[in-house]
Amino acid sequence: MVGSLFSRDLFRELDLLQREMQGAFGISPSIRGIARGGFPALNVGNSPQAVHVYAFVPGIDPSAIQVEIEKGVLVISGERSLEAPTGGERSAVHIDERFSGRFRRVVSLPDDVDPAAATAAYRDGVLQVQVPRREAARPQRINVQ
Amino acid sequence: MNQNTDVSPDAAREASREPALVPAVNVHEDASGITLYADLPGVSRERLSVEVDGDTLSIEGELALELPDGLEPSYAEVGRRRYRRVFTLSKELDRAKVSAALNQGVLTLRIPKVEHAQPRRVEVRVS
Repeated sequence: MVGSLFSRDLFRELDLLQREMQGAFGISPSIRGIARGGFPALNVGNSPQAVHVYAFVPGIDPSAIQVEIEKGVLVISGERSLEAPTGGERSAVHIDERFSGRFRRVVSLPDDVDPAAATAAYRDGVLQVQVPRREAARPQRINVQ
Repeated sequence: MNQNTDVSPDAAREASREPALVPAVNVHEDASGITLYADLPGVSRERLSVEVDGDTLSIEGELALELPDGLEPSYAEVGRRRYRRVFTLSKELDRAKVSAALNQGVLTLRIPKVEHAQPRRVEVRVS
């Protein structure tokens, strides 16, 4: 009984409620996703072939992003340094919202993936990591004779 | 009247009213102008629009991710497909000379000040 009280559906309901309230009050979620874990913001999706992770990490040299998989956990880490204001004494910073410094985000992967076959690509400031599922775990169609 | 012509302006207005992500920005000012940096991950050059209309600077972009077939989202922190942010420009900024560059999801906008608004050193002579 206790188990069902904390079922996934409750969290889904809460999440839905939160999003509805944001919509009702016209609050746009921060692109940095501060409330939900920080920089970079992450989206995760599943397909029958692979697990897809999208990390929104703009303005960084791809070689400065580390992507590691260890014991079923995907770790995305690195450092983002921003442009310093130019113009010396006469310069002023009016708005300072963009993330700078070291970052690290973690995604736990399902058991049926093959970490050795993972690939990562960086384009337009989005890092896309694909971790394929093991051949045996993919859905298979069985012909009826 | 053709029905299509009735629909398209409404559709355009609807698109601009669609809830959008607010990109994080940094704004720096120096003696000759203002530099604005905006984080727009997932926006390519073709899907970015920077417009200056009177005093209003608007930045809009559309997220285009390569999504494989059969992808089921399981967790999303970026839940919208558009970015939008609007700023009001002050008088001394030169609207005609705004330049923009997009690099790896970061937009860099340079808005110079009009010539006469740039600081001039007034020499003080000793009489």
